[in-house]
Amino acid sequence: MSKDTIYPGQEHSFSDIDETGLGAVDAVPDDRPPASLFGEAWRQLRRRPIFWISAALILLSLLMALFPQLFTSADPRYCVLKHSLEAPGPGHPFGFDKQGCDIYARTIYGARASVSVGVLSMLLSVTIGVIMGSIAGYRGGWADSLLSRVTDIFFAIPFVLAAIVIMQIFKESRTIWTVVIVISLFGWPQIARICRSAVIEAKQEEYVTAARALGSGGWANMLRHILPNAAAPIIVYATVALGSYIVTEATLSFLGIGLPPTIVSWGADIASARSVLRQAPQVLFFPAGALAMTVLGFIMMGDVVRDALDPKARK
Amino acid sequence: MKRYVGRRLLQLIPVFFGATFLIFAMVYALPGDPIAALGGDKGLPPAVRAAIEREYHLDQPLLIQYLYYLKGIFTFDFGMTFSGRPVVEVMADAFPWTLKLALMAIVFESVFGILFGVFAGLRRGGVFDSTVLVLSLFLIAIPVFVIGFLLQFIIGVKLGWLPVTVDQSMSFKSMLMPAIVLGAVSFAYILRLTRTEVAENATADYVRTATAKGLSRPKVVVRHILRNSLIPVITFIGADLGALMGGAIVTEGIFNIPGVGGTMYKAIFQGEAATVVSFTTILVLVYIFTSLIVDLLYAALDPRIRYE
Repeated sequence: MSKDTIYPGQEHSFSDIDETGLGAVDAVPDDRPPASLFGEAWRQLRRRPIFWISAALILLSLLMALFPQLFTSADPRYCVLKHSLEAPGPGHPFGFDKQGCDIYARTIYGARASVSVGVLSMLLSVTIGVIMGSIAGYRGGWADSLLSRVTDIFFAIPFVLAAIVIMQIFKESRTIWTVVIVISLFGWPQIARICRSAVIEAKQEEYVTAARALGSGGWANMLRHILPNAAAPIIVYATVALGSYIVTEATLSFLGIGLPPTIVSWGADIASARSVLRQAPQVLFFPAGALAMTVLGFIMMGDVVRDALDPKARK
Repeated sequence: MKRYVGRRLLQLIPVFFGATFLIFAMVYALPGDPIAALGGDKGLPPAVRAAIEREYHLDQPLLIQYLYYLKGIFTFDFGMTFSGRPVVEVMADAFPWTLKLALMAIVFESVFGILFGVFAGLRRGGVFDSTVLVLSLFLIAIPVFVIGFLLQFIIGVKLGWLPVTVDQSMSFKSMLMPAIVLGAVSFAYILRLTRTEVAENATADYVRTATAKGLSRPKVVVRHILRNSLIPVITFIGADLGALMGGAIVTEGIFNIPGVGGTMYKAIFQGEAATVVSFTTILVLVYIFTSLIVDLLYAALDPRIRYE
């Protein structure tokens, strides 16, 4: 019987190898390194313009926070009342605020407070959240019930109101760390929840069973096999959260209970711009614009990274 | 289902006690001496001071004070402010403002968020979709008080379309701008959530089946795509009521609304423990009940979810 004979009903069982997807599989060289989730995501990200825009925004805000001298030689605390609310002019591209301070210098120097609060709050929240979430997810049982109720309690308390009470308790000794601790105190439960469900999902995977069968047990298993595979949603959330913590800091400063007044910050500058908005809109525009651009950088980054890590969203 | 409701209710009990105790302990730690402030420059005689402390149980340790407070709540007695006004009266003054503001914000953010989200999701990658997505990111990135200042300045002062602050009669017109400001960030979230869900469901198999059997496009969109896309959106909206009421403080400050946020802000600075704790208790209860209702709604809306 010749190979080419096709009987009725069998037509679909044969197709040329070039017409199937197998050709593409065969075309991959054997020595190519295996694609990891993050490697694959990176290949996706490189092609997205939004990724490069947000990376540039983040880089710019980090540079402003670390080396403000690169951008301006003016002193943000050197204010001359004579210049109060003066319009932009040579040497002072953004003009002056009510106290006669140079707005450009204050906008540049304000980055440090906002970015440090954002980064430190994110690191602290992630540390607490990941520890709590992995204990709850990995141990399960009573530890899970207990920790889940504790996170519920923090969700039930209205954040801004509790923050005002806590900041008022430390009225005399307010530093940047007080703000960081208050934000993290109410920020970690969200991360704990995300981490918990990611750990529960990862711990049922076959490779975890395999690792356990090979003798890897307890927390070594957790650190080496479960957490790295549960990291994606936490990284995405943490990036977006960093941006939202910066907004939170500004809100607290607006309410007069944020950073101490000696620190130059966007939130405080925006709040003080309110009374002069009619005469001099630039006083509000520049610090608010800088804040929005920084936050935008972080939340857009979270957005594109989420898309890149989710194979379903790829086209 | 009954067992599930029962279990959820049992779980909420420790949350209620934990949250109220935490707030109580924080307020207990507030600095300042509101009783001494009552006496003005002259100061209170020690006997009067002792009598006031006894009356408000301030001579007792923290835990006992908390139990007294709980006893008050369960008999609907929220105590007195230090100036002798019942806290219930203060609440009756403030809560209607914030409730109306929050409800108007919810209506605004749901109607426009879902509308924009559906149009963006149906034409994923189109011009409208891209524009709306970028604008929603801006809304999330700009602090709510900046949005408030700008709207108040442009719509209220420059154009004069809407009043700059609210009037005592709580008229719809004067509450409209504050409600939009309060709901702005949630509007962006609802839009994005609806858009993602609609875009995902629009390519689902059951939608192709519905189109193939000859249903008109509007029917497919409303009955099949929308119904399945709205489940997470509705749970978000439900959970948002408590968040909006507790987070209205900034909006209330900008538009001079004498609501919950402003009253609590003053109370915290004056050390009015009874007011702060009572208001927070109500907000905690609002959160607890809305989250319970949201859980049950989930079961009612999505037949795939069955609670045992």
